[in-house]
Amino acid sequence: MEVLSFLALYVPVGFRPTVTTTLHASVSKLKLYSPLQTVTLIPGDGIGPEISSAVMKIFEAAKAPIQWEERNVTAIKGPGGRWMIPPDAKESMDKSKIGLKGPLKTPIAAGHPSMNLLLRKTFDLYANVRPCVSIEGYKTPYTDVNLVTIRENTEGEYSGIEHVIVDGVVQSIKLITENASRRIAEYAFEYARNNQRASVTAVHKANIMRMSDGLFLRKCREVAENFKDIKFTEMYLDTVCLNMVQDPTQFDVLVMPNLYGDILSDLCAGLIGGLGVTPSGNIGANGVAIFESVHGTAPDIAGLDLANPTALLLSAVMMLRHMGLHGYGKKIETACFDTIRDKKVLTKDLGGNSKCSEFTAEICRRVQDLD
Amino acid sequence: MTARSICSLSRALKAVWSDRLALSAAARVHGAASCNQRHKSTYTSIPPPARYGGRHTVTLIPGDGIGPELANHVRELFRFCCVPVDFEVANVDSSLASEDDINNAIMAIRRNGVALKGNIETNHNLPPSYKSRNNLLRTTLDLYANVMHCQSLPGVRTRHKNIDILIIRENTEGEYSSLEHENVPGVVECLKIITRPKSLRIADYAFRTARERGRRRVTAVHKANIMKLADGLFLECCKEVASGYPEIAFDSMIVDNTTMQLVSRPQQFDVMVMPNLYGNVVSNVCAGLVGGPGLVPGANYGEDYALFETGTRNTGKSIANRNIANPTAMLLASCLLLDHLKLHAYASMIRRAIISTVTEARLHTADLGGQGSTSEVVQSIMKAIQSTGPMTLSI
Repeated sequence: MEVLSFLALYVPVGFRPTVTTTLHASVSKLKLYSPLQTVTLIPGDGIGPEISSAVMKIFEAAKAPIQWEERNVTAIKGPGGRWMIPPDAKESMDKSKIGLKGPLKTPIAAGHPSMNLLLRKTFDLYANVRPCVSIEGYKTPYTDVNLVTIRENTEGEYSGIEHVIVDGVVQSIKLITENASRRIAEYAFEYARNNQRASVTAVHKANIMRMSDGLFLRKCREVAENFKDIKFTEMYLDTVCLNMVQDPTQFDVLVMPNLYGDILSDLCAGLIGGLGVTPSGNIGANGVAIFESVHGTAPDIAGLDLANPTALLLSAVMMLRHMGLHGYGKKIETACFDTIRDKKVLTKDLGGNSKCSEFTAEICRRVQDLD
Repeated sequence: MTARSICSLSRALKAVWSDRLALSAAARVHGAASCNQRHKSTYTSIPPPARYGGRHTVTLIPGDGIGPELANHVRELFRFCCVPVDFEVANVDSSLASEDDINNAIMAIRRNGVALKGNIETNHNLPPSYKSRNNLLRTTLDLYANVMHCQSLPGVRTRHKNIDILIIRENTEGEYSSLEHENVPGVVECLKIITRPKSLRIADYAFRTARERGRRRVTAVHKANIMKLADGLFLECCKEVASGYPEIAFDSMIVDNTTMQLVSRPQQFDVMVMPNLYGNVVSNVCAGLVGGPGLVPGANYGEDYALFETGTRNTGKSIANRNIANPTAMLLASCLLLDHLKLHAYASMIRRAIISTVTEARLHTADLGGQGSTSEVVQSIMKAIQSTGPMTLSI
């Protein structure tokens, strides 16, 4: 009898989430045990609080099983003089593993580095993912854009290592390491597989930067060997730029080092209508993921109920998909796109003259209708 | 008659007759030396000396891919128009490891002062000891300014209209210094070098060119919020130079915002100046905006030499030898070459013919969405030139 009861308590090892299993698979298994999931919400500055509350309202209307934990991140000086984020924010993120962040003010001459950089360093957010999909109803010269840029976020040209050699000669060091390149390549191929994307293109400039981009390319090729179901191509950065503005439909998933990723992801955001409608996600080691809106704090319209919550909302939808809650994600996304396509209730930057609250209310109404 | 009155007379004639062949003959007869005073303001003020009976010699490097066939078309067109230019061909075999080929080409360019080239392929799977031949040319000859003029052409269908951007890109340092090392296995460092003299030089070139061409605004493209020292130095140099040109407005923009603005509202840009890598990105984006790599010519200027090529430096391996490449970029580059040699009448004659051919959709090559062939386009250009009257060889 005791043996049988012991066997009944046995939980198969496979249900224990490990770092190598994709996060959405492990979290969907967790769903069976805890239906309500906690997400750390960082409202941010400027229009941050109003768009965050808009997103919370829409999630409530969709009855998504998300419990928000609001935290503020302002740099504080920790022991040893190093700048760090407040410990309660760190604790919340470590527990929930998922974060949603609004725009943060970049301090000038405040003595501490930007908050985005601090967050990146604290949680080792190594991959920046930006899916760029043309929004029906928000017309740009480019239609049918459907690509994803995956950018290495920790090293490359943005290592911040600069020296003045002699007066008038400055060197800036671009760092490319094997581990970081392998990690981002692995993430890119896994993302492609999990999201049914057909091809991954590595963007580089190895004809000029032979060793550094050559190393990046080699790692991508090595990882591609393990993902034979996904097509792997390599393309020079200038060719990608040239073709992107002529025919963006030829690209699918793009993986690249830091600087090229910065430029290309903003280029692609421009193709679909700018930072006000582009979602973005940062994936870190140990399963941490922070989704954010990449536009600025817009201090001139803060508090006036004029902000457009689309970017933060689409990032939140990305977050839902990452957590395995595809149904809720699709519902909210459809409601948002339908509202924009209808053109009846649009915020000022989308070409209408409604208030943020009206736009939010319209999306909430549609979400409830879709139920 | 003083030299100055001769120059003003020729200027007046120019206004009336607008680039007729007789005018260039008059200018040559009245003395290139006297008109040199007028051109002192252009940086390339001393034209390469014409040798052997008024004919210039220009180094021609065919390159790889579509380079050789386009070079042949340029020669064919020049022969047809009786342009007083002879080409000294310097072949560069990119598959060889030795640098003798490229050194011979460099010596030829030093001899002649001017060159026209196709792109030389770089196999990026070879070890770093094999340097990019194109880059070697630029750094050895110190061709510090890459100038690309992206203009919307009539008859070419693009998403954006009325683009007129002049891109001036630093061509010798920055990220293209090719200084890399691996101190620890698995960790590679690549150095980006920015120096004060070169940044001042390119900024000065940009403002001077803007002034000469009557441009109103210069925008510096940078990423100084992240690379505070390197791009910070570049920006500082640009600001310094800008203070000496009060009639030209100067502003700066971060490179990622620049690309975003370029794809949404490219008409806001006038002249742009930037370090090497950003120049690569921005020039390719602008070329794509005005119709593609087949339409935009590029020029590389140094203190003593000038090198002309297609703007986006593509080898075009996949379309080589199939008679489908677009010759417009290379032919417009040859017009820039003629302008540099002060053969302005020939340059405008050929340019007019090229523009009139590009407007005809029937002759668009595959990159512009048509089905024309390279030879058809070149034939049409030659017919257009013949119909304007001056003496040419029979087709």
